[in-house]
Amino acid sequence: MGNIYDQFLHLRDQQIQEITEQNKGAHCVIHIGSATCENAAGAERVRKEFEKLIRASGRDDILIKQTGCTGRCAREPIVGVFVSGQIPFKYEKVDVEKVQQIFHDHVLGGELVPSLILDKKTSMIYSHVVVFCGNNFVASDTNWPEVFEEILAECEIPSNSIKVYEADHMGFSPEVSDCKTARMMIMPGNITYAFTYRDELKKIVQSHILGGQTLSDMQIELDPMTKSYLSVYGDVSFFNKQTRLTLRHSGIIDPEDLADYLLHQGYESLAKALDGPSAQDVIDQVLASGLRGRGGGGYPTGQKWKNAITGNDDPIRYVICNADEGDPGAFMDRSALEGDPFSVIEGMTIGSYAIGATKGFIYIRAEYPLAIERCRIAIEKAKEAGLLGENILGSGHSFDIEIRLGAGAFVCGEETALLKSIEGERGQPILRPPYPTASGLWGHPTVINNVETWANIPVILLYGPEFFSCIGTEASKGTKVFALAGKVRNTGLVEVPMGTTLRDIVYDIGGGIPGGHALKAVQTGGPSGGFIHEKDLDLPVDYESLSAIGSIMGSGGMIVLDETDCMVSTAQFFLEFTQSESCGKCVPCREGTLRMLEILKRITSGNGVPEDLDKLERLGNLIKKTSLCGLGQSAPNPILSVLKNFREEFLVHIEEKRCPSHRCTQLIRYRIDPDKCTGCTLCARRCPVTCISGSPRNPHLIDQDKCVRCGECFNVCKFDAVTKI
Amino acid sequence: MGKNENSTCSHCDMQEVAPLPSEIIEFIEDCLKGERPESQLIAVLHKVQLHYGYLPRPILDDVAQRLQVPTSVVSGVASFYHFFRLTPKGKYTISVCMGTACFVKGADKILEAIESQLGIEIGETTGDGFFTLEQSRCLGVCALAPVMTINGKVYSRVTPTQIPEILNKLREESIAE
Repeated sequence: MGNIYDQFLHLRDQQIQEITEQNKGAHCVIHIGSATCENAAGAERVRKEFEKLIRASGRDDILIKQTGCTGRCAREPIVGVFVSGQIPFKYEKVDVEKVQQIFHDHVLGGELVPSLILDKKTSMIYSHVVVFCGNNFVASDTNWPEVFEEILAECEIPSNSIKVYEADHMGFSPEVSDCKTARMMIMPGNITYAFTYRDELKKIVQSHILGGQTLSDMQIELDPMTKSYLSVYGDVSFFNKQTRLTLRHSGIIDPEDLADYLLHQGYESLAKALDGPSAQDVIDQVLASGLRGRGGGGYPTGQKWKNAITGNDDPIRYVICNADEGDPGAFMDRSALEGDPFSVIEGMTIGSYAIGATKGFIYIRAEYPLAIERCRIAIEKAKEAGLLGENILGSGHSFDIEIRLGAGAFVCGEETALLKSIEGERGQPILRPPYPTASGLWGHPTVINNVETWANIPVILLYGPEFFSCIGTEASKGTKVFALAGKVRNTGLVEVPMGTTLRDIVYDIGGGIPGGHALKAVQTGGPSGGFIHEKDLDLPVDYESLSAIGSIMGSGGMIVLDETDCMVSTAQFFLEFTQSESCGKCVPCREGTLRMLEILKRITSGNGVPEDLDKLERLGNLIKKTSLCGLGQSAPNPILSVLKNFREEFLVHIEEKRCPSHRCTQLIRYRIDPDKCTGCTLCARRCPVTCISGSPRNPHLIDQDKCVRCGECFNVCKFDAVTKI
Repeated sequence: MGKNENSTCSHCDMQEVAPLPSEIIEFIEDCLKGERPESQLIAVLHKVQLHYGYLPRPILDDVAQRLQVPTSVVSGVASFYHFFRLTPKGKYTISVCMGTACFVKGADKILEAIESQLGIEIGETTGDGFFTLEQSRCLGVCALAPVMTINGKVYSRVTPTQIPEILNKLREESIAE
C-alpha cells in the first residue's frame, strides 16, 4: 500500500488512541440503544438513571456507550452489560426500576438478573457460551452442536453450564469460502476455533473448557466485523440467524463517534480505493460484486456508476443518497442512518471518487430528526478528520456532502422528483430518459443510490467483490434488510442473504405469529408492492421471484398479516396512501388511482357489484402501463395482487356484503343480546361516542346510527353479550 | 395579496404575524451568497415553519422577495409538500401514526374515535384552538403499535376507549394553567 494508506493508518492511530485508553481501564461498559424507536420506548430515561447511579457510586471505571438501534424493536429499550472478561448480557424492556436492579445486582454485584434477559433464553450464568457456525458454510453434514453435547457428556461436563447456539454465518473474510472447516466461538474471551474432525473438537473441549487453556494452534482470527458482531449478539438467536453487512455496526458502535467507527474497520475501504490503481478499478469492483440498487428497482449499482462517466466529459457530477424513506411500514434507512451514518458517508465518498464527483447530497425526510442530526455530526467529524472535504487523505480527491431535507412527499423517493426537490421546486417527476446518470441535478450526470446501497459499498471494497457475490442468489447478490412488522412476534430489522425464504424470515427470525393465529399473507414493497399468499412462503426472496408473484422487493418493508386481517381493506389502505401522494402531474395516476379508490370504498362499504372486479383489474393495468413515474406504475400492485391471490375475499365483500375478518367497519354491526346483557353499564361507560343506552340492570341498546364500530363494547363485555355480525 | 400585508394573514383573518426573525433573514442572505440560492427554498420554509408553527401567507411573500424567487413558486412549493402547513396549529397537535403496522393493529379506529370526539378531520384544528389532528407515516415504533403522539409525546398501544380520557385530561390541564 502506498502513501495514502499510510496516511490513513497514521490518522486512525491518532483518532482511536483516546478510546482505546478509555476502554482499557473500564470494569464495565453499559451499552444503551439510542435511536428514535429506542427513545420512544424510554431509552433516554434509562440512560439518565444509569448516569445517576454511576455518579452516586463514585466509580470511574463504569462507562456508558450509546449505540444505534439493534433492530430488536419489540424488546426495546435494550441494555447491554459488558463486564470485562465475562460473557456479555443484554437486558430487554428496561425501565427506570429495572435499571436499579441491573446496576446493583449485575454491574456492581456481578450477579445476573435472569428475569430481564433478552429473549429469556438464559436463566442462569453459564460458564461458557459456545456459538457454532451454521452449516451453510460447511460442506460436511455433521451436526456439530449435537456432537458437542456428546463430547460434553463424555467429559462429564454438565451440559446446562454451557449454552450452545448456532449462528448462520461466521467469518466474513475471504477465507469464508473454505468450506472444509467448521468454526466456533467460545465466550467469554470470544476465542474462535476452526476444526474439521470430532477429535479436534474434543481437544478444544478438554483444553479450553475443562482446562482453561487456549489452543493457539487451532485458533483462528475472525475478521473484526464478524467478531465484534458475534461477541455482542452471538448468543441471541434473533441476531445470529441473520447476516449483517449493511447493519454490521448498528447496535455495536457509537454512531456519533468517528473513532469507534475507525476501530471497526471504518474508512479502510475508502483508503484502499484512493490508494488503488484507479477510479475505474473501484467501478469494476462494484460491478463484479453484483450489487443491485436496494431502493427497490434493483438496477446494477456498478452499471449505474459506469453510465455516469460514459459518453460525457462533464466536469461537474453529483452523487446523491436517497434517504426519503416514504413507505409507511418501513424504517430500515432511518435505523441505518441513526445506527451507522459513517458507513453511508464513506460509501458516498468512495462513489464520488469512482465517478469523479466533488459534491454530494443526502436527501432525507424531515420526519427523521435524529437521523438528520446523526448525519450532520458524522459529516462534521469526517471533515474535521480530513476524511471528507478538500484533498481527502492527501489523494487529491475532494468531496463535500450537504444534507437536504424533504418535506413529506412520497413521490420524492422517485429519482427525478427527488432531483426537482433538491433544486428547490415542487417534487414532480419528469419523463426518463434521459436518466439522471446522463442528465441529473441541474443537468449534470448524477448517481442516486439509496441508504442501504451506499452502506454496502465499504463492505465490497473491504472484503472484495468475490466475497460479496458468494452471498445471495444467482441474480441477486448480498443481503437485504427488511423492516419486519405487523402480526409477528419479533418485529424489527432483519438482514438476511438474498434467497432466504419468507418462511425462514417470518418463523425462524420473526418467531412466528402471536396469539395462536394463522398467517394469511406477507406484504412486501409497501404501497408499491403486493400481497404474497401463504402458499408462496417457501419462495426465495430476491428481485425476480418476488416480481414473478406480483409483488416487489421494494425498499424492504415487510408486513405480516394474519387471518384477522382483511386483504381488501389493507389493499385499500395502501391505495389511499398512493392516491393522496400522487403528485397530480399525469392523468393515469391522478385520476386512475382516485377511481380505483372509489370502487374499493364502494366494495368495503357494502355497495360493490360483481363488475367492479373487472373494472379494477382493467384500470389497474392501464395505470401501470401509462403512468409517468414509478409511483403510478406501481400504485395498483397491492390491489392487483389481492385480486390475483385473494379474489375470493373480494367476492365475499361484494356478493355476501360481509367482511370475513370483521375489519371493514361499514360491514360490521355490533348488537347486544338482551338475554345475555346484565345491564352492568360497562359498555356504555366505555363507549367513546356514548351511543349505548340503557339503565342499570336492564339490557342495553346500541344506537347503530351513532356507533363508530370501534368494537370497544365487544372487547369489554364480560358476559359475551355483544356480538359482531 | 390582501390589503393588510405583513399584519394580517389572509388565511386566518385576524392573526397578527410577527416579522421574519433575524436568524432566518441571515440564513437567506447566506444562501444568496452561495451557489443556486433558489434551491434552498425548502430549507428556508422549514425554518419559517419551525418558528411560526406554520407558513403565514405574508411571510411567504417576504421569503419570495428576499430569496428572489417568484411568489407563485414559493406558494407552489409550500402547498405541494405535506409537511408544510398553511394554517396555524392548535395548542396540542395530535399525530396518529398511520404506518402499515399501526394500521393493521387498528390505528384507523383510533383516528375515528378522535375525529368523532373532537368533531374535526385530519388537518383541521378545533374551534377553540386546542387540538390539531394530523396523521403521520410510520414513526418506526412499530412494536408499540398503534401509536400516536401529542406534541411529540408518544402514546403507545392506544385503544379507542382511552381517547376521551386522554383528550379531556389535556383540556383540563390546559384550562387549569
